[in-house]
Parts: sequence; structure tokens; C-alpha cells
Amino acid sequence: MKKFGERIPQSIFFIIALSALSALALITVFIFIEGVPLIAKVGFFNFIFGMKWAPSLGQYGIFPMIVGTVLVTLGAIILGVPVALCCSIFLAEFAPRKLSNLVRPAIQLLAGIPSVVYGFWGLIFIVPAIRNYLGGPGLSILAGSIILAIMILPTVISISEVSILALPPLLKEGAFALGATHWQTIRSVLLPAAKSGILASIILGIGRAVGETMAVIMVLGNAVALPNSILDPARTLTTNIGIEMGYASGEHQQALFATGIVLLVIIMILNSVAQYAIRRK
Amino acid sequence: MKISKAGLSGLFRFSFMLCLFVSLLPFSFLTACSRNSAGIIVAGSTSVQPFAEVLAEEYMILHPGVTIDVQGGGSAAGIMATKSGTTNIGMSSRKLAGDELSLWSVEIARDGLAVVVNPKNPINTLTLEQVRDIYSGNITDWSVLDGNKAKIHLVTREDGSGTRSSFESLVMGKTPITAKAMVQDSNGAVRQLVADDSSAIGFISLGLVDKTVKAIDLNGVVPSREHVIDGTYNLSRPFLFLSLAEPAGLAKDFIDFTLSLKGQQILNAQGLVTTGGTP
Repeated sequence: MKKFGERIPQSIFFIIALSALSALALITVFIFIEGVPLIAKVGFFNFIFGMKWAPSLGQYGIFPMIVGTVLVTLGAIILGVPVALCCSIFLAEFAPRKLSNLVRPAIQLLAGIPSVVYGFWGLIFIVPAIRNYLGGPGLSILAGSIILAIMILPTVISISEVSILALPPLLKEGAFALGATHWQTIRSVLLPAAKSGILASIILGIGRAVGETMAVIMVLGNAVALPNSILDPARTLTTNIGIEMGYASGEHQQALFATGIVLLVIIMILNSVAQYAIRRK
Repeated sequence: MKISKAGLSGLFRFSFMLCLFVSLLPFSFLTACSRNSAGIIVAGSTSVQPFAEVLAEEYMILHPGVTIDVQGGGSAAGIMATKSGTTNIGMSSRKLAGDELSLWSVEIARDGLAVVVNPKNPINTLTLEQVRDIYSGNITDWSVLDGNKAKIHLVTREDGSGTRSSFESLVMGKTPITAKAMVQDSNGAVRQLVADDSSAIGFISLGLVDKTVKAIDLNGVVPSREHVIDGTYNLSRPFLFLSLAEPAGLAKDFIDFTLSLKGQQILNAQGLVTTGGTP
């Protein structure tokens, strides 16, 4: 009887867990069914490396958007990761308990701000600042990178902090016992030991940046041309879907799903790399 | 605050799923099927949609119990839905062409397209050819057009938008709009960008021009309702209601209401150019 009573909740939980997974399967299958025919028609190579995107003329090349995604994300990493790492080291090692208890929730709050608010803020403050002080139209890769750099902060900070805090205390005690200073311990013992977790946090930050849509649509300018400088507008894969889905139908809509496939594959690769980095230690 | 490795990778699985769901959520909307309700469905051009919504609201006040469901989707989708019979009335913001002409259609109003620049821009008039050269990327600096020495910041609409396709057919002809142009996804966003950027140029519905932007005279003709009606300002597009066959019943009644004095007054008040309240 007891066995039976145990089995019911077990199977209920199993079924509910499966439903989450089946949502993933459904969405993936649907995107592939919608997108693959177009990639097959245009040709994989032409789709990925094509320079021209003009759905009304039947031209579907997403290379400028791949470049846009890479540049905007790279910019966000360059601007955001150093700040995030310093912040996580400070929180894990230097900050007094009272202060870290104040800063940590504040950073979590940063993750709770809706992306449309980031975008709006960027449009009102960052874009005019770039236009007035650096030139160009303001809507630019730089504006997108700045917004994304702020948006990836909570991800990178909290995961690197956790991975530094999760190190066995033995490491630190041993380093102190050998006469190392606090900074020496951090630099040559703790950081190398937490390397895999920090790497994973950066990769997840990249994933966040690649997947962000709304904030980027508002500040990026969305032009489908290879940019010449970071002050030029650009389009990312996500914004391509976001900006054109309103009117897309038929082949155009399929092309947006195909863009989704490319995004899905990129995110999958990033996440597996992050998982690998964590397991390898 | 210690978290085990297992907990950490669980966190990743969770964020992975979250990533997926968030990035894929919009697709579910694309596939949302049209509903079947008591009443009629009006679907198509998102340029016509806000005006049709106002009309529908007014009509439903006058006829309690009737439901008029106004949906977007774009002119192309509206024409397709009309053909396949999934909508009672289709909306299009461009002229019908080819085999689309077999559909029944009526012009409910006209919408002018205005080429707009920042009020600080000294340029007041351009020729159609100059606008085409700007948008094809041949002219890239305002100084070529006797304006300030500043790069032209082009703003266009996204591929598939009715406003863009009207601009393409009315101004660009066969010349493509340069890929370097910035793309915004609504009239309002284009207007905002032009209002903020002293070297920007864009195109929006004539009815939406306000003090924040300056509408350019085209070939010396001031863009205005009067000039759209008398045909001297040629950047204008028809707003059409479509039907598979001669409309009947509720659909006919709603179209009649749209073309009545009251309906036309509503459209006029919303910024469209009507022919004066008579069908």
C-alpha cells in the first residue's frame, strides 16, 4: 500500500516534468518544420552567407545580421564582463557582510527590469548622447552594446560570485598559511580555481546578449548592411524576427523561422559549452 | 551561500529553458488562428487597422449585440484571407494588382505619404528624383542638396509594411532602398527618430505629421489634404475594404456605414483624406 502511495506522486511529477520538456520539443519541431523548407530552397550557404536581405524580392541572406549579432555581443562582453568580474570578486571576497547584503539584491533587481525599459532608457539617454558627442545617427552598435553590457551584469556577477564562494575554504586557508596576501590569494589561487564557473558565467552572459530582442530593436537602428564602424546601425538575428514578424507572411515568415533556427543552434552551442566548462572544472 | 555543482547545472538547465521560451514566445502569436465569433471579421493592413477599429467601435455602439473583430496582419495577409474566405472584409493599404483585381473592393479613404525631416533642417523642398537618389544611397550628404554639411541619416520601414511598399511603388520604382537605411517598425518610431535627429529623413502617413517634424514639399507641391484630393500631390495611397464577392448582410451594412457621412467624418477626424463624406 505504501509503495502505491509513493508511486502516484512520482508519476504525477514525472508527467508534469515531461510536459515542460514536450513544450521544448513542440517549439523546436515547429520552428524546424516552418524554417527548414526555406533554407533548403535558398540553399544553406546562400542563407547563412548571403549579403542581401530583401524578402519582397525573394532575397534571403542573413550574413549582415550574424555579423551584427557577433559585434553587438562582443561589444557587450568587452564593456560588461570586466565590470561584472570586479563586482563579483568584490562581493565574494572584499565586501563586508552588511554591504554585500545590500549590493546583491540590488544587482538581482537589475535582472528584474523589463527589457523594454532598458531599451526606452537607452533611446532617451544613450542614443542622443552618442549622436551629440560621437556623431553618427546615434542608433548604433555602440548603443546596443552598452545596453546589453548592463543587461548581462546580473547573470555574470551572480554566477561568478557563486562559483568563487563555492570553492573549498581549504584553498584560501592554505594560501594564507603559505604567507600569501589576500590579493595574491585571489589572483593566483581563487580565480584560477573558479575559472570554469567564471567562464560559464561569461558564456551564459553571451547567451543572454544574443537572445535579447526588445531593448536592442529600440537602440540598434536595424539596418541590414555590414557596419563600417561601431557608430553605424546594425541588425541582429533576434531583431530581424522582432521587427519584421508583424507583416511577414508566406516565404517571408518562413525566413524568419529559419532565422530562429540559426538562433536556436547558436544558443544550444553556447549552453552546451557552458555546461561543459562547468563539468570539466 | 553555497550551491552544489548539481544545483548550479540545474540553474543552467533552467536558464536554458527560460532562454528558449522567452526567445520563442513570439512564434505562438504568429500561429494564433482566427476566431469564430458571432459577427464579422475585418482583417488586413495594419495601416488601416486603427481606423477600422474606430469605425467598428462606433458601429458596435450603434448596433448593440453585433461583434466586429478587427485584426492586423498586413495588406498581403488581408488580401489572402479575403481570397480564402477566412475574413469577411479584407483591408489593404495598396492598390490591387493582377489576379487580386477579381476581388470586390471599395476605397474608404486615401492616406497621403509625407517625406519628413527635422524642423532644424533648412531644406524645404525636394524633387521626386532627389528623394529617390537619397533613398537609393546615391546622395549621402545634405550639402549636395544645398543643406548643411552633414551625412543624411535615412530612416525607412521594415520589409512587408504597407507604408514601405507604397513608398517603394510611388517613389522608388524599380530602384531598391539602400540596405544602409535604418529600419523602424512603426510610423510613430520613424517620426520620433526624425524629430530627434537633425540630419534624419523619413516617410510617414500624412495624417501623423505634427509639429515635431517638417513635411517636405515634393516637386514644389505642399503635402496637404487638398492636394491629395485634387491629385497634385502624388504620394498618396488608397485604403481599401475588400470582399470575396459583392458584400451582403452585416458586412454590407458595415461598409455602408463606413462610406456614410458619419463614417467618413470619423475617418476625416482621424487624419485620413476622404472625398467629403459621400461614397
